[in-house]
This record gives sequence, structure tokens and C-alpha cells, in this order.
Amino acid sequence: MSMPDRLTATKKRKELAEKALDKKAALGADIDVAAYSSSVDERPYQEKPEQINREEKEQMLGVGVTLDDLSQRGGTFVQMDNSVVHSSSSQDGVEVMGISQAQEKYDWLEDYWWRAVSVDADKFTAHVELEQNNGYFIRTLPGVKTVYPVQSCLYLAHSNLAQKVHNIIIAEEDSELHIITGCATHPMQASGLHLGVSEFYIKRGARVTFTMIHNWAPEIAVRPRSAAIIEENGIFLSNFVCMKPVRTLQMYPAANCIGNNSVVRFSSVLVAPPGSHLDIGSRVLLNGKGSRAEIISRAITTGGDIIARGYIAGSAPDVKGHLECRGLILSEEQGGIIHAIPELKGELAGVDLSHEAAVGKIAEEEVEYLMARGLTRDEATAAIVRGFLQVDIEGLPPQLATELKQAVETSEKELF
Amino acid sequence: MLEIRDLNVEVEGKEILHDINLTIGTGETHALFGPNGGGKTTLLMAIMGFPRYRVIKGQIIFNGKDITKSSLDERARLGIGMSFQRPPVVRGVKTRDMVAACVESRGPKDDSAIDELAKRLNMGELMDREINYGFSGGEIKRSELLQLLAQEPELVLLDEPESGVDLVNMSLIGEMINELLQKDLKRRRTRSCLIITHTGHILDYVHASKGYVLLDGTIPCERAALEVLDSIKENGYEGCVKCLCQTD
Ligand SMILES: Nc1ncnc2c1ncn2[C@@H]1O[C@H](COP(=O)(O)OP(=O)(O)OP(=O)(O)O)[C@@H](O)[C@H]1O
Ligand SMILES: [Mg+2]
Repeated sequence: MSMPDRLTATKKRKELAEKALDKKAALGADIDVAAYSSSVDERPYQEKPEQINREEKEQMLGVGVTLDDLSQRGGTFVQMDNSVVHSSSSQDGVEVMGISQAQEKYDWLEDYWWRAVSVDADKFTAHVELEQNNGYFIRTLPGVKTVYPVQSCLYLAHSNLAQKVHNIIIAEEDSELHIITGCATHPMQASGLHLGVSEFYIKRGARVTFTMIHNWAPEIAVRPRSAAIIEENGIFLSNFVCMKPVRTLQMYPAANCIGNNSVVRFSSVLVAPPGSHLDIGSRVLLNGKGSRAEIISRAITTGGDIIARGYIAGSAPDVKGHLECRGLILSEEQGGIIHAIPELKGELAGVDLSHEAAVGKIAEEEVEYLMARGLTRDEATAAIVRGFLQVDIEGLPPQLATELKQAVETSEKELF
Repeated sequence: MLEIRDLNVEVEGKEILHDINLTIGTGETHALFGPNGGGKTTLLMAIMGFPRYRVIKGQIIFNGKDITKSSLDERARLGIGMSFQRPPVVRGVKTRDMVAACVESRGPKDDSAIDELAKRLNMGELMDREINYGFSGGEIKRSELLQLLAQEPELVLLDEPESGVDLVNMSLIGEMINELLQKDLKRRRTRSCLIITHTGHILDYVHASKGYVLLDGTIPCERAALEVLDSIKENGYEGCVKCLCQTD
């Protein structure tokens, strides 16, 4: 795009966003964005992220972001409230920076702006466009493979703040990018709103794994808006873990497999304690010949509500998709709902789409089987829950797989 | 080691077992025969302590202790172990996890010993699969025995350990059971066993002293295991009961 074209495009985008400022989202409870504050003090930039205070670092560690030792990370990005507190890359060909900095650096970044997600999808995307406060930009240059994962953290510290970020992730042709990203709040954080737009561009032959852990707080509202575009032979593996209380979290990330033989897999592990409302799904459009999708979700309620959605549409020859949603109700008296909504849409003969969904409580027969081996009822239940939450972490570098497993296990212990 | 006195058991409100009496001494193995639906599995489940198998009368004494009211997991920790005829699939729980649970219930044993055992039982590949998920009939039997070998119970209850097992694996199963029952210790054996079998093939490998026929929820008499088996082959279950038990 030429310079004048870009200016016109920017102007058009702003207009669309203005019009959508009051547009209710298709799903999830409505949120009054104006009820949250948008101004907050700047946080100082830290050349050395280990200088961030201990309490906050602890919170970040809980979502897989380690700041004391960066030797096992290919790059680091930390945003607290609206300030980029640290960004660095430790590998050539791996770029990690605040999105504002990236916008200054690369004119062409505009071409990726709102290409995967629509700017006027709802009021939340519109607010991010018009009142954006940073976000991250992560990119691997052609052929570059991250040795260690890049980590990023979006941290909400200021009470009642609306954090509105726009993230762009680009894996250039034949590159490989592993990202671990965590969202966390300050201990004792009262209320807050997180709006996060993330756009993923996975070029020909590139491979991206994106592992996201959310640790919010009981009074936080969260509305991520993400989408990925995957080109020929590209691979996108996304893992999402949300096991801590959050007042309301609604997201329905989409992956558009436009390239032939592209592959996408979404796995999510969700736990809703009493008072949490989760409406979470994954949507895949199989538009490239021979493209494949897998959506796996594990949902547990201990008293909160979960809507677990999944949608796969096949509209090209030889595509294959499978959706698996399993829900476990651990609450006895406190209520708790799991509502699984798997959807498949085939638009062509020769597409192969399937789903399996099961929601229920732990089978007594299984508990007794373990008890017959000497485990107590509680131990048996915990072992079954642990097994249930065993996310398919295939495709992740071993170290990251271990960290993810640990994160799940830590939260799991709090279930009982 | 095990003494059952006048035991009546009901399942889902229906009485299945009536006035069962049975005593197994330390180091002894007894065989339990009987037609389908006769109540054999019910008896094992009741001894093991599954809550759905409700004891409405009688007592179960294990090593001198009345365990009739003890819970399932207590009994397991006391030293009773069982191989299941049809164990459930537990998604997400690996065979390795089950074996580890068995080991844990009675104190530490190192991992390498388990892997060694698994390998010897030709079960290496099954260790990292979800327990019983997509297992063949024979694989289920081997996995059940592996768990028991890890658990080392004093009283071993085996529900048709050889049904569905091919000829080659049969001897492996036989060996496993013998190991479980400390065959090498000969007369100094301390483990006891109650084994359900239809064909009696497993008795070619495992020596059982006494045998019973469980017919319509009762055990009319006890005899030498092979004598019972021969009589069943010749006269059928009812004929066997008539023939053997009337000579009392
Ligand atoms: N959970 C249950 N609910 C209802 N009936 C049951 C239940 N379990 C067992 N029964 C009944 O109890 C009777 C005895 O069953 P059991 O499984 O003990 O027989 P079995 O001797 O082990 O037979 P098989 O040789 O076929 O394994 C059968 O009529 C069976 O249908
Ligand atoms: Mg049976």
C-alpha cells in the first residue's frame, strides 16, 4: 500500500470504529466500557525486568512469565497497565517490541491492522481502535526458528482501569515461533476491564505455538478478540488455560486456514469457580485444500458457568476437522453449568468433520476403580481430574510443555 | 486369612448371594466356578468392598479383623487386591499413573522397578496409554495383573484373569499370577488367592487346592479344585453340585 492509500485506510478504519462504539457484542454479557477509567500513571521502563517488584513478578510467574532469569527466553515483553515496562529480544531475527514502537518502525504494519479481526466487530474492537494503549508486536523473520520461547505479559495493576491493547504476531515464511503469554492482575486488584485484540499472521510454511495463561481476579471483565490467518503449509497451535476466578470472560478466537494443507489446533483448559462466567470457544474456517483443524476443550465447573463453543466450517476439498469438548461438573450444591455448543458446517462433499462432546460428573465407577488400588476417595477424584485436565501439549518445545503442565497442576491443587 | 460367614449380598435392592461360607487359609489358592450370572463377580466385589454390593447379613473376616464395614480403599490398604473382569476406562489417567497409585498405597518403590516389570510383561507400550482405553481383551488382563504386582496384596482376587487371552500370553499370565502368589517360596507362601475361571485353563499354571461352584447365589460345598472342574466338564454345573455335594 502506498502512503496516501494508507492514510485513507486509517481514516476509514476510524470512521468504522466510531460507528461501532455502541455495538453490542454477539456473545457475552454487555459491558459499559465508559464505567472504567482510561487514564493511569505511566510505569517506568525497566532495562532489567528483574527490577520489577517481587510481588508483581510472583504474579507474572504464575502465568509462565519469568523475569529473574531470561536465559531460557527468546524475547520478553511486559506491559503493566498502559505502559510498556520492558521489551527485548535475545535472538537475531526475532523481533519483540511495543506495538506503538513497531508502528513507528514499520510503515507496512498498517497493512496488517485489522486484517484478521474486523475493526467494527463490536464495541470492544472499536474501543481498542480508538483508545488503544499499546500491546505487543512479535515477529520472526523468514526461516528463523526461535530457540527459546518468546514471553509476553499483560498486567493489570490499577484498579478500575480499562486496558485496551492491540497485538500483532507475524511469523514470516518458514519461520518457527513459540510464544508464551500471560495475563495477570495485581494481588487485591478490585475491578478492571481487559480488551485485547490479537492478530496472527502465519505465512507459508511457518509454525506458531501460542500458549496463553490467564490469571484474573473475581471482579475482572475480559473481552479478547483474536484471529489468525494461516497460509499454505502453515501451522498454528494455540493453548489456552484459564483456571482462576474471573467475573466474565468471553472470547471466540478464529483461525482462517486460507492456505492449502494448513493446520490449526486449539486446546483450552477452563475452570469456573463460583461467580465466574466463561463463554469461550474456538472457530476454524477450513478454506484451503487439505487443511486440518482440531479443537479440544476441557471444562470444569466448581460452581461457575461455562459455555464451551466450537465451530469448524469446511469449504475446500479434502479438509478434515475434529472438535472435542468434555465438561466435568464438580459442584454438588452450589450450582454450576457447562453448556457445550459444538458446531460443524460442511459446504462440500469430501469434507470430513466430526465432533464429540460429553458433560457430566465424575463416574463413580472410575473413582472406585482407583480406590480399589488403595487411593482415598479424594485422592482418586484428584487423579481423575488431573487426567481430565491433561492438555494435549504435543508440538510444544519440551520445556514449555513442562511449564504449562506445572501451571495447570498448580491451579488444580486449589480445586480441592 | 479370609473367612466369610453366612454372607448375604444385594445389588440394586436384589439379593444375589445367599448364606455364603468360605475360608481361605494363608498361602492357599482356591478356585471359583459357576455359570454366567451365578454371582461370582458379585462375591469378589463384596469382599473387595464396593459400596453397590451391599452386605445385608453375615461377616467378612480378614486376618482376624472384621472388615464387613470397612470401606473399599481401607480394604485395599489392608492388603486386598482385585483384578477386574471389566475395568472402566479412565480418560486421561495413564496405565503408568495407575501402577504408581498402586505402589504409593503401600510405600515407596522406585520407578525403574516398575518399568522393568512392565517390560517383562510385554506392556512397555501400554504404560503411556490411557488406562483401558482401546485396550484389547488380553491387554486388559495383563494391565490388571501389572497393577496387582505393583500393589502386592496379601489376598488376591482374580476375576477371570485368562478369558480372552491367547495361547502365548496364557503362559505369561500364568507366570505373572505365580509371581504374585510367590510360587518360588513354595510352602512358605503367605499370599492367598481366590480365582474365578470358566475353563480352568489357568489351573494348568497356577495350583489351586480347593474349588467351589457358585450356583444361584449359593455355594453348596467345597472339593479339590480339579475334582470340581472335572465334574463340571462331565455333568454340568447342576449335575456337578448334585453329584459332589451329595456325597457329603
Ligand atoms: N449392578 C448390578 N445391577 C443389577 N444387577 C446386577 C448388578 N451386578 C450384578 N447383577 C446381577 O447379579 C447376578 C450375578 O452377577 P455376577 O456378575 O456376579 O455373575 P458372574 O457369576 O460373575 O457371571 P459371569 O460368569 O457372566 O461373569 C446377575 O444376574 C447380574 O445381572
Ligand atoms: Mg463375572
